[in-house]
Amino acid sequence: MNPQPQRSRLAGIVLWLPYAWLIAFFLLPFLIVLKISLSQSAIAQPPYIPVFDWSAGWSGVRSFFAGLSLDNYVFLGSDPLYVISYMKSLQIAAFSTLMLLVIGYPIAYAITRTPPRLQAILVVLVILPFWTSFLIRIYAWMNILQHDGPLNQLLLALHIVREPPAWLSTNTAVYIGIVYSYLPFMVLPLYAALEKLDQSLLEAAADLGCPRWRTFWAITLPLSAPGVIAGSLLCFIPIVGEFVIPDLLGGSQTAMIGQAIWSEFFANKDWPTAAAVAVVLVCLLVTPIVVFQHQAMRGMERD
Amino acid sequence: MATMAASLGFAKRGFAPWAERNLQPLLRIEAVSKRFGEFTAVDQLSLDVFQGEFFALLGPSGCGKTTLLRLIAGFERPSSGRIILDGVDLGPVPPHRRPVNMMFQSYALFPHLTVEANIAFGLKQEGLPRSEIASRVADMLALVKLESFGRRKPHELSGGQRQRVALARSLVKRPRVLLLDEPMAALDKKLRGETQFELMDLQRRLGLTFIIVTHDQSEAMTVADRIAVMDRGRLMQVAPPAEIYEQPDSRWVADFIGSVNLFEGRVGDAAHTIEGTVLGRLRVTAKIDAEPNATVWVAVRPEKIRLIPCAVESTQRDNAENCVRATVVDIGYLGDLSLYRLRTEAGALLQAAIANIGPLTARGISWNDEVWLSFGPEAAIVLTR
Repeated sequence: MNPQPQRSRLAGIVLWLPYAWLIAFFLLPFLIVLKISLSQSAIAQPPYIPVFDWSAGWSGVRSFFAGLSLDNYVFLGSDPLYVISYMKSLQIAAFSTLMLLVIGYPIAYAITRTPPRLQAILVVLVILPFWTSFLIRIYAWMNILQHDGPLNQLLLALHIVREPPAWLSTNTAVYIGIVYSYLPFMVLPLYAALEKLDQSLLEAAADLGCPRWRTFWAITLPLSAPGVIAGSLLCFIPIVGEFVIPDLLGGSQTAMIGQAIWSEFFANKDWPTAAAVAVVLVCLLVTPIVVFQHQAMRGMERD
Repeated sequence: MATMAASLGFAKRGFAPWAERNLQPLLRIEAVSKRFGEFTAVDQLSLDVFQGEFFALLGPSGCGKTTLLRLIAGFERPSSGRIILDGVDLGPVPPHRRPVNMMFQSYALFPHLTVEANIAFGLKQEGLPRSEIASRVADMLALVKLESFGRRKPHELSGGQRQRVALARSLVKRPRVLLLDEPMAALDKKLRGETQFELMDLQRRLGLTFIIVTHDQSEAMTVADRIAVMDRGRLMQVAPPAEIYEQPDSRWVADFIGSVNLFEGRVGDAAHTIEGTVLGRLRVTAKIDAEPNATVWVAVRPEKIRLIPCAVESTQRDNAENCVRATVVDIGYLGDLSLYRLRTEAGALLQAAIANIGPLTARGISWNDEVWLSFGPEAAIVLTR
């Protein structure tokens, strides 16, 4: 049972690869953003101070750290615009995720109930929209939702409305865009969880006197919880930081936090404030990830 | 037929409701068929099961025995025919309203619920008061000797413990009929043997009706009052274990249950004789249900065959009936038994099973030995189909 040293060294390298990846492409960039968030805006290249001065030696290091401050974070807390943006983003993300669950769960459940061959086709259909550029699909929605677009023409033709309602630049348009774009991210993990569900458990529940609808709440839903959590996180986290959809479909009243970051970076050229907004966003999102990890560990124990 | 049942079926516990006239069966299956597309899983099958019976459905895989069980549970609907329980046609009754419970081959324990919650699940559906549920669950845990495991999840139990939880969960609702689908298939051999006896004991104590599906003949023989042997969706024979073994009514059943030596022949003119077999003329004691000259088959179980070395001059073989000379081709030593493969002078291959009673060195038969092979006329089973 002695492991061969060569093999274990290779295993060590392989095990370290994901860590190296995370350090290079997540931790280091995050530290850079964190550092910028502690700096002050300046008309310079790069547009913030202090900048690390290697030539000044030890005193350079000291003046560098002396130049860092939490001012930007204090500013975020004092300006209600940002607090409102955060709340708005969380609210839109939470409500969208709920809608995605309500729409995605029946779709995923229905797919698992079809014959295996059809299932493969249906899963491909779910991810088919990815074959078209995301931006093109959102532009298509702009076209569909505009004042004299196909949606309003249809509603008028069916006599559902008398006056064409305004869709673009509303929260509704943002929700439509988000739910449409993120549906595959909700359906696929739900499908994966439901597909694993042992059908004999449902038969056992029926055998023990449980009607179908109650079996769903007692057996199906609890056992698909990992899929519900995975799908919700896969949707919730990117939706909070969503920029393109609210920017293209939403109006001025839907200023989500992604748009705040964009305007700080590019309109105001205030990199430190933008970085602080981003750091707070990361902190807000770490909480659900930790919850998910906890759940996933419990799920692994069960298997 | 009744006398046959009396001589064999009663051996177990003097219980034979199927032999009584005018007794209503608990479960009546009337000409039930189940087709899946082109495939007929159950074919015009009729069967009565009586209160308190331990009934086994035995057959090779794909014979329709599990489908029959699922029809009774209500997971499948019959293509035609009726299933009647306690005089009530189960046809329109959905599975969750049927007074039967099933123990699944995979156990189908709810992985997110504790052992207690699994057992309580069925009682909660009835809306019983909490205190009654708790006491009945505790009774069940005691019955299957898992008192200290109530708070565990199924994945924290061994295979044998899970099997007992599944049994407790299916028994707790006191079903009119308990359906067991290969309940011991996942257990190792030793545990299976013990569990078979525990299951019989439990069934007798609770006085319930059990229908077990199994492909393991020794399991069916051990536990069941009656066995239904199935093949390709049909019943081949329904009888107590001893009758199935000693008096199979077809070559298929004789061959499926245990091992057997089969010889084709025709009914002789003299009473109780079969002519023209590979062993020559054979004498049998059984009544032959066929006209003279009709083709019949003689079946002899390997353990009913006697072997005497030709080197030993014995008085036993003088005038012996059903006796031929044969050569030992091969010997399989099984410990308790040895299996001898023999070839007669006419070239027929036979198998004999001899109990290893004496010490190994004392046994006189070895490879290539010439032996006298014989069996008593009462050991010969005559089959007409």
